[in-house]
Amino acid sequence: MPTIRINASVSSGQTPRALGLGLQWSKKAAASVKEILGRYPVERSRSAVIPLLWLAQREFGGWLSVDAMQLVADTLELPYIRVYEVASFYTMFNLKPVGKFHVQVCTNCSCMIRGSDAIVAAVKDVTGIEASGENSADGMFTFTEVECLGACVAAPMMQVTLADGPLHYYTHLDAGKVREILGHLKKGGEAATFADTSPAKHDPICGGYGG
Amino acid sequence: MTLPRLKKEDMCFPNLDNSGDWGIKGYKQRGGYQGLKEILQMPVAERIEKLKASGLRGRGGAGFPTGMKWSFMPKPEVSNKPHYLVCNADEGEPGTCKDRDILRYDPHTLVEGMIVGCHTLGAKVGYIYVRGEYYDESSRLVAAIEEARKEGLLGKNICGLGIEVEVHVHLGAGAYICGEETALLESLEGKKGQPRLKPPFPAGFGLYGCPTTINNVETIAQVPPILKNKLEWFTRWGRPGNSGTKIFSVSGSVNKPGNFEAPMSIPLRELIDEYAGGVIGGWENLQAVIPGGSSTPMLNAEQAGRVLMDFDALKAEGTGLGTAAVVVMNKQVDLLRVMVRIAEFYKHESCGQCTPCREGVGWVYRLMERLCRGEGTLEEVDQLYALTKKIEGRTICAFADGAMWPVQGTLKHFRGLIEERVRKNVA
Ligand code: FES
Repeated sequence: MPTIRINASVSSGQTPRALGLGLQWSKKAAASVKEILGRYPVERSRSAVIPLLWLAQREFGGWLSVDAMQLVADTLELPYIRVYEVASFYTMFNLKPVGKFHVQVCTNCSCMIRGSDAIVAAVKDVTGIEASGENSADGMFTFTEVECLGACVAAPMMQVTLADGPLHYYTHLDAGKVREILGHLKKGGEAATFADTSPAKHDPICGGYGG
Repeated sequence: MTLPRLKKEDMCFPNLDNSGDWGIKGYKQRGGYQGLKEILQMPVAERIEKLKASGLRGRGGAGFPTGMKWSFMPKPEVSNKPHYLVCNADEGEPGTCKDRDILRYDPHTLVEGMIVGCHTLGAKVGYIYVRGEYYDESSRLVAAIEEARKEGLLGKNICGLGIEVEVHVHLGAGAYICGEETALLESLEGKKGQPRLKPPFPAGFGLYGCPTTINNVETIAQVPPILKNKLEWFTRWGRPGNSGTKIFSVSGSVNKPGNFEAPMSIPLRELIDEYAGGVIGGWENLQAVIPGGSSTPMLNAEQAGRVLMDFDALKAEGTGLGTAAVVVMNKQVDLLRVMVRIAEFYKHESCGQCTPCREGVGWVYRLMERLCRGEGTLEEVDQLYALTKKIEGRTICAFADGAMWPVQGTLKHFRGLIEERVRKNVA
């Protein structure tokens, strides 16, 4: 099926650099693609748009360039726009480059009541970021204020997504704990150390398990 | 007089407190998968009758009777299409966090529920749509599915009965609206999560145009224990029409926030005092309570002191049980700021399909935000209310209603606070 390649300079949030990267799935990712497609009826492979966008975001540095979305479109034999409209609808897909650590602080009701202001202030202070949605000067961090993440009884809380890896919840926070966690990450520490839930070894994005 | 605390054997989620092993070994020790074979051999009609008799109502917010919902599915011989059971684990209603603890502390309750549910509804494949943020939780859920498969509890020959059920986890990517069942189906089909017009209802035309039932995590997970036990095991709790046990998420200004499985119809005050360690600063320091997630209008302190936590009692107070997410605000909380933040949430999450919602929810947020800063006139406070009435009930799905109710609730109980700020500014 022919696909339309849009001009990057008119696509919001994209950089012209994003074109012509000629992205391909790595061998491991290609195996994941196959497995993911196996979860849906053959003629319904479009269901794999979100799972493949997740995979692409993980593969190509934590964000979705035009090329990455094009790769997903080509893989599923869909027009580019069908992939782009999905990528732009869901907040967890980043259409701009993000830092190595994407720090997302919940400021909704329960977290606000339990003091998310102090968490936001601490994140800004440690990273030097001034407003939600921006990256730190060293490219290490991105900070975003987000909606309820479903850990309200453990408020205040934040989530940190690693550009090339998993994401974890950090709960029952205060300013000191935020400093400790971000400092630990910056030094290259294991992200799961302070996580609220110790993950099982199964990766829900890449698969790699049977069925 | 306080209600008795549930013993472990009274609970559907005995490991909700994370006291034991979340894996299959722990689950089996707690009695899990015992009696599964017998349920799968029970005639389907009998199972649905028992569910109806149990009075189980959907735990995801709407409170629709589960047995009745399941009875809407056509017979596989008649429909001649694949059937699907889709589990809604896209928990996103502010204040709500019960499904997360089920997924990470007791994932096999859901896996067993999916096995029973799929088979009862004639589905060979079930999807669990988990919000994208629940990454570690999904990791455990996937691990649980793998464990079950290894033991022959999923696959082509479940319990040696020749029954075939496969379950897949599908991660979302951050859109509150996908908690709406038809938006969830759209999303699962690889599209933007925009709700569908109903009818047709999913039971006739759901996922891929096939008969589909969508239920919340807690609902599905409660089915096996209901079917395994005597009817009274479940119906002895709660008032008629509101029976069973329920997970309540209590957050905000309480000393011990948490998720608690308790009998339905428990007095709200008892829930806060006995389970959640009481209001910070004491009951007299209570300002307001959101009883069932951000969409449900708040209760003032007087109402909170007497209301029972069930569908009908909260409805009678002009609000709802919703997801049973109790957000407590004491007198130190800037209540208007919290409610403006909730209005902003809805502005952010509107899917943009219907004009009254796309334009109106943002308008309501901006007006409310300005008024709560004290800028504006008293007439505009009336306008705010009128506006909510013009948005409510005029859209494809219930999102806009859920966005307007908390604003109406604020105006009902705390209009004085807004007026005070406006007057101060004028003076
Ligand atoms: S309000 Fe912050 S996690 Fe729910």
